[in-house]
Amino acid sequence: MIIALVLIWILFGALTDGIFFASRNMSNLFRQMSIIGFLACGMVLVLVTAGIDLSVGAITGFVSVITAYLQAYILAGPIANLFPSLSLQAHAVIISGIAVVAGLMVGTAIGMWHGFAIAYLGIPAFIVTLGGQLIFRGGILGITRGKTIVPIVEPFKAIAQGYLPRTLSWVIAVILIGLIFFMTYHGRSRKKQFGFPLDSIWKDYVKSVVISLLVILYVSVMNDYRGIPIPVLVLIVTAAIIHYISRNTKFGRYVYALGGNREAAKLSGVNILRNTFKVYALMGFLSAISGIVLTGYVAAGTIGGGTNYELDAIASCVIGGVSLSGGSGSIVGALIGATVMASVVNGMSVMNMDVFWQNIIKGIILILAVYMDVATKKRNG
Amino acid sequence: MEHVTKEFPGVVALDDVSLQIRSGEIHGICGENGAGKSTLMKILSGVYPFGEYSGEIRYKGEVLKFEQGAIQHAIEKGISIVYQELALIPTLTVGENIYLGREPMKRGVIDWDTLYSKTKQLLEEFGLDIPYSALVGSLPMGKQQLVEIAKALSNNASVLILDEPTSALSVHEVETLMDILRILRKKHITCLYISHKLEEIFTICDTVTVLRDGRVIDTQPITSMNNDTLIRLMVGRDMKERFPERHSKIGDSILEVEELWVDHPEIQNKVVTKGVSFNLKQGEVLGIAGLMGSGRSELVMSIFGEYGNIRSGSIKIDSKVVTVGSSRVAMKHGISLVPEDRKKQGLILDQSILENIALPNMEMFSSFLRLDKMKELRLCSEYAKSLTVKTPSLHAKVNSLSGGNQQKVVISKWLMKKPVVLILDDPTRGIDVGAKFEIYKIINNLSEQGVAIILISSEMEEVLGMSDRILVMCEGRNMGTVSSKDATQELIMRMATGITDYTEKEE
Repeated sequence: MIIALVLIWILFGALTDGIFFASRNMSNLFRQMSIIGFLACGMVLVLVTAGIDLSVGAITGFVSVITAYLQAYILAGPIANLFPSLSLQAHAVIISGIAVVAGLMVGTAIGMWHGFAIAYLGIPAFIVTLGGQLIFRGGILGITRGKTIVPIVEPFKAIAQGYLPRTLSWVIAVILIGLIFFMTYHGRSRKKQFGFPLDSIWKDYVKSVVISLLVILYVSVMNDYRGIPIPVLVLIVTAAIIHYISRNTKFGRYVYALGGNREAAKLSGVNILRNTFKVYALMGFLSAISGIVLTGYVAAGTIGGGTNYELDAIASCVIGGVSLSGGSGSIVGALIGATVMASVVNGMSVMNMDVFWQNIIKGIILILAVYMDVATKKRNG
Repeated sequence: MEHVTKEFPGVVALDDVSLQIRSGEIHGICGENGAGKSTLMKILSGVYPFGEYSGEIRYKGEVLKFEQGAIQHAIEKGISIVYQELALIPTLTVGENIYLGREPMKRGVIDWDTLYSKTKQLLEEFGLDIPYSALVGSLPMGKQQLVEIAKALSNNASVLILDEPTSALSVHEVETLMDILRILRKKHITCLYISHKLEEIFTICDTVTVLRDGRVIDTQPITSMNNDTLIRLMVGRDMKERFPERHSKIGDSILEVEELWVDHPEIQNKVVTKGVSFNLKQGEVLGIAGLMGSGRSELVMSIFGEYGNIRSGSIKIDSKVVTVGSSRVAMKHGISLVPEDRKKQGLILDQSILENIALPNMEMFSSFLRLDKMKELRLCSEYAKSLTVKTPSLHAKVNSLSGGNQQKVVISKWLMKKPVVLILDDPTRGIDVGAKFEIYKIINNLSEQGVAIILISSEMEEVLGMSDRILVMCEGRNMGTVSSKDATQELIMRMATGITDYTEKEE
């Protein structure tokens, strides 16, 4: 699906006379995609267990209004009273911190409830999360009383609207490139230590160089506008962590095993119930991050926040190669899928297309992207 | 078929294979797994259409060229194949399955009367005793197989290919199948019989062709061969002993099961294990024999903590009573189980050999936050190598391995736990002779090291050849335990069918 992404970019670039590629637009594109990106990371693991979570949009919206509510109505007074000596700015930071923590806790709690119902009560995931969607969409209306909740304090907004200063962005780029080459070198030396076959030295280092060049390209485009958007940075860190979990921990292995063949996993000692629970709890946590970023991005808690996000998340994963029957899929793939979806939406708004077209085109792209995948698999296997 | 060669990427499956089949004969095709039998039959039946292989197939004097929709062409020409894995729809009736896609129509709607009367006629003509309106899913495996054969015959097959037809059949059902094949022979329907089971080849076939490594080794009338010569052709070496030598060093009792009563997990009031008691000693191989459905797998799965509800009775390991609530608890007590169905229960087919072997052993190379991949690779390679798993790399997916190698992967993953008690449920089913021998050697090595082994087997000779003692089960009950010195095929069969009990002399 990398090919699909490149093709879509070229298409929109052509259709918009290159405006699509303007650094400001690219910056917006990646910022928009980050919200779905968090959901896609969690959804990969859910889909890998052959499960599904239809409530993530509702959780995102719910956490969004909770954090907004806390900031706008609840926290301002008490914080001012508790820390009278601190400046208003410091108050705002504390308020943001508390709101963030509260939001994460709420999202994780909802995820844990889903995990409990699915794993321990044995209720099908489709139903539990569909019910969850209804429940929490209702909850959103309840908390907002039908009104948009404002205002949002500055530090909180910065999470979603802020940028990393240019120099810092370059620093990060350099660190990243250093990491890439270090990992390649380290990997090779460890392989040598254990007597395992090495890929050709050219292949390894050319790969590193290519990735490094991409990093430099990306940062320069972002810096051309205002620097790396902060939510993108948060997404990269989060995705890296989830990727690591999926490939380099027991938990990750168990999740892919239970999705690949549930019975064999069970007979091999994998605790199906506990690991299923953890997957949905994690999904709740990531939905909360998404909700927090959403609030900062639109600078409000809205009643429609998060609507249909679950479908975007699932579509991103599927475009990115995650199998709906479980057992396979990668974080990287899901993020590329999320970028594809975001690019399509972004491209269409740059072209000033009517909004209703967006959903139509998104649906068509989803079908096409998966078809391309199926077709190449058939040819190769 | 002449000079047929078929290549897959990286592998030559058939190398210049030529053979002749006479009309009306039952022609056996023998060979180890991977010898090319299935591939050859797939070409003949149209699964690989003309163009995907080189060479010629001449049928009734005509050169066959199956192209698009080749399987259908083959069927129209009269060549039908019945697979080992049945292709029936369990929720439809026998008649519906037989005429699937070719239902007789009357004025645009299915003519059920004609369909069922034709089904009845067909079944009677070939002496197949199946109720024509029963749901296929409710029939035992043996009868389901007969439905498949009926389906092929309803297409006026003049060549019927049977691919490992008896691996899921009981002894009685196999005999029924043999009778039907004799009826077919009388009707001049040619049969190609692919099988591992030498007894059956000798019972029913007129001629036998042996394939090895994609080549035809020889074609002979059955009367000119015996077990030894046939095995030698298949394997290329003298199999003087089918079973490797054993030096039993039997120690103390390590596992004691007393009066175990287990209920069926779903069906109420169904008792699956009825008051079974036995003990198992270190270094001993306890074979468990019995007919299909006698409750052997259920017994060991209960001991492993993954089946049913234990109503009463006790399990003692090393003289301490234990409650085994799940596979994890069993593993902690040193029990490992190699399950009956390696594809459904033993392996995650889409994953690599490495990942499969590592799965129950993750604790050995990972802490909460880290998975030491180098250690994982090193340890798993050791085990894979010591069990001679044939593979270019440990990262290959297990579904690319042959049955024997897959089974070795399952055994490796459990051996890594260094079990005190190792349970193997039909470990050599569907595996070629050479790989079987390797697994027998592994079992003997383990028992010499003091591991207590329970070996469930459906092959009489295997149970007799590998066990120190044999426990025979019939319908959930322990009919007695016989030492291998005193055991005979007849005695075991009598116990397995419930005719006799056997009480061992107290030591």
